[in-house]
Amino acid sequence: MIKVDHEPALLEVRGATKRFGAVRALKGVDISIAPGEVHVILGQNGAGKSTLIKMLAGVHTPDEGTLRWHGELVTISNPVAALELGIATMYQELDVVDGLTIAENIYLGHEMATGGFSQRSRANKSATELLDRLGHGNLSPSREVGSLSPANKQIVSMARALSRNAQLIVMDEPSAVLDSEEVKNLFRVVNELTASGVAVVYISHRLEEIREIGDRITVIKDGRSTANGLPVADTSTSELIRLMTGRDIDNVFPARVPVPADSPEVLTVENLSLKGVFDRVDLSVRAGEILGIAGLVGSGRSEILETIYGARKPSTGTVRVSGSQLSPGSVTDAVEHGVGLSPEERKSQGLLLDQPIFTNVTLSSFARFARFGFLNENAERAAAVEQIEALELRPADPDNPAGSLSGGNQQKILLARWLVHGTSVLLLDEPTRGVDAGARAEIYALIRRLAAAGTAIIVVSSEIEEVLGLADRVLVIADGHVLTTTEATQIDEHGVLDLVMKGSAA
Amino acid sequence: MSEQPTVPSAEHPNPATESTDIVTPSSRSWFSRVMSSSAGRNLGLVIALLVLFAIGALTAGERFTNFENILTIIRFASIIGVLSIGMTFVIIGGGIDLSVGSVMGLASVISTLSVIQTFAEQTSWIVMVIVAILVGTLAGIVNGIVISYGNVVAFMATLAMLVAARGFAEIFSNRSTQIVRSQEFIEVFRADFLGIPILIWIFIVVAALGWILLNRTTFGRRTIAIGGNREAARLAGLKVKRHTVYLYAIAGMTAGIAAVMILGRTTAGTSTHGTLYELDAIAAVVVGGTLLIGGRGTIVGTVFGVLIFATLTNVFTQNNLNTSVQAVAKGVIIVLAVLLQQRFAARNKR
Ligand SMILES: Nc1ncnc2c1ncn2[C@@H]1O[C@H](COP(=O)(O)OP(=O)(O)OP(=O)(O)O)[C@@H](O)[C@H]1O
Ligand SMILES: [Mg+2]
Repeated sequence: MIKVDHEPALLEVRGATKRFGAVRALKGVDISIAPGEVHVILGQNGAGKSTLIKMLAGVHTPDEGTLRWHGELVTISNPVAALELGIATMYQELDVVDGLTIAENIYLGHEMATGGFSQRSRANKSATELLDRLGHGNLSPSREVGSLSPANKQIVSMARALSRNAQLIVMDEPSAVLDSEEVKNLFRVVNELTASGVAVVYISHRLEEIREIGDRITVIKDGRSTANGLPVADTSTSELIRLMTGRDIDNVFPARVPVPADSPEVLTVENLSLKGVFDRVDLSVRAGEILGIAGLVGSGRSEILETIYGARKPSTGTVRVSGSQLSPGSVTDAVEHGVGLSPEERKSQGLLLDQPIFTNVTLSSFARFARFGFLNENAERAAAVEQIEALELRPADPDNPAGSLSGGNQQKILLARWLVHGTSVLLLDEPTRGVDAGARAEIYALIRRLAAAGTAIIVVSSEIEEVLGLADRVLVIADGHVLTTTEATQIDEHGVLDLVMKGSAA
Repeated sequence: MSEQPTVPSAEHPNPATESTDIVTPSSRSWFSRVMSSSAGRNLGLVIALLVLFAIGALTAGERFTNFENILTIIRFASIIGVLSIGMTFVIIGGGIDLSVGSVMGLASVISTLSVIQTFAEQTSWIVMVIVAILVGTLAGIVNGIVISYGNVVAFMATLAMLVAARGFAEIFSNRSTQIVRSQEFIEVFRADFLGIPILIWIFIVVAALGWILLNRTTFGRRTIAIGGNREAARLAGLKVKRHTVYLYAIAGMTAGIAAVMILGRTTAGTSTHGTLYELDAIAAVVVGGTLLIGGRGTIVGTVFGVLIFATLTNVFTQNNLNTSVQAVAKGVIIVLAVLLQQRFAARNKR
């Protein structure tokens, strides 16, 4: 596909390569971004998308290749240089500072100050304007960021990118933590930006999103660009998947396996409340059943999972696993009863980034591989390698530090952890956040297989489609109240959204 | 642990029942393997130690290089060394213990008093050893409980213990020095074994046990996990609070052992024993490459850190340089080590 360009591209990358030690993350990438367009970068986990955009952001410098900005050769040697050129970046992993306020985060690095004294009220005022543009004028700019949900942190990170008045805004999987309402807000802002001539580079694994917002697509496969600037409108989804993965994937969601009528109730939650977050939640999951929880960000979904798991102490209510009551607020007790949680924020809640993959995988179960307290690392490695292969985690070396993996592959470590541990109740908070289309289908199939083997599973996801496609039964919640429980086949996306909207208005 | 290992599919049987064949790390070059091995990571420390030795040999000649002097260096290092092993655990686990020096003083006082109170000569020297270690461990447990269950920041909790333990030591000893009466005790800790002083053997044994505990046991794994990411460790089901208490108990125990060692060397217990030792221990640990934020560190590095400071002191003494110059040099080394560490951390992350 050749496009006739009348003016020089805003940004043009030719033949970029980058290696990290023995890993060749980029082997030759070309990309050309025009002013005012939404340019989508598509590729599997570990394809090199984040590495490429970190190159534009000045975090990494390319080993080879050229960068042209408005037709001029440039080198971007550090993040400040990128910002000065006019490139602002929202990173995949949230990069906000928990101890600072929202406004301080937004203006971090370009504080509003006179003579070294910060002008708090002016900063707060313009922070509110930015948040307002993003549909979150209600967030107080003087609130500490550490107290925000991941979705709201993402909003802050977005506001920070906007505050730079850049000509190019790079967004690495911004929608991964957002619900459909917030994605709508995001798209509105993106459209405003492009209308004013700002270019947006957009990375996402949700293909339907790309269809809605994208203008042109560059596909990266194994560190090489395999398609450059394909117009979104002329490219079919199946072709995109083929370009990305080199194969066809038809059925994303595995077929449901009917839960046997005599299958016992494994997880029973009664009257569970967490003060100020959710109220009197009753739910039960049978062996072999997948329960989905649908609701907007902030409706208390993650908190319900965390409270069941004992990571938060409930104000009322009980949790029972196969009849025996868990001691409230004790994770250890839950884990000993065979409950596992894959948390929402993998970086801060899930992983030891410095430690090798295999110790991350066996973090809940290493004691099992030990004799008299002495570790058997080879047995641990073997167990980890098995799951690494089952989940197609890449790169597969169990001794690589977890922090060097791409986002989607880090997610797989968390799943692998509970596969090695073995659970009778598995709580999955955003299990496919940041996972590519191919691996997603595999994770869905895996979740279904686990259920078929008798595990009781709860899935929370911001993607209603995922909840409906995967779950047998769906719990719809708004503002910490259960609105309804229904068979997943009895409700569709609109039905859920209607309920949720009415529920939160009421 | 759960009794229901789930088998995802026939092709992936339960790992726990699998054989334990060795998985060779793929495609990692010889060089990168050496560099990431502990010898490689400690290369900088080995070089620093060699340089100090060279300086010592050049400036002081035979006076520095003779075997007796080398033993002096290591004997000098051994007391701080034992403290540093305990400190390594606390710091890797994400904490800090400022109290070990004064706990050492307290343990030395109570230990000597315990013998005087009873039937002096008849009591076995073992009683002194046990009392000192018990006092140290108890102080550590108190630290751990206050930090873990009282949610007091480690820095403040152990600072309070630093002050309080010194105060207790003064009260018990009436600010007077307690002479060790047990001749047996003095002989045991003056003795040599295979030509090497007992104090050095104690250091060697504590360091070896520490190495095994950190690198080969579930205890060590928990320590690294909790220091690396407390929340992740908690959500993985580790007993974070209880483990934190154990870590401070270990630091306290090493303070007790150090108290015994200093009693052996000085044959007297006093409330001023161990003053500022905590800072030397922390410096040795950090110079040895342990991250102050926790999650990463090695016993071998700590041993090198201790030896570097001891050698430095010896080189200065041999050359009759005063202690002020020595203090400045120590400061410079600490800053250099931290700078190097940051370099290392930056290269290994992202
Ligand atoms: N700092 C690093 N050190 C070593 N390897 C790295 C580092 N950063 C990235 N890599 C490797 O480079 C490759 C590309 O990673 P990158 O994060 O760019 O993937 P991605 O396309 O963004 O994937 P995802 O969709 O999962 O976010 C991966 O194999 C990854 O393991
Ligand atoms: Mg990425």
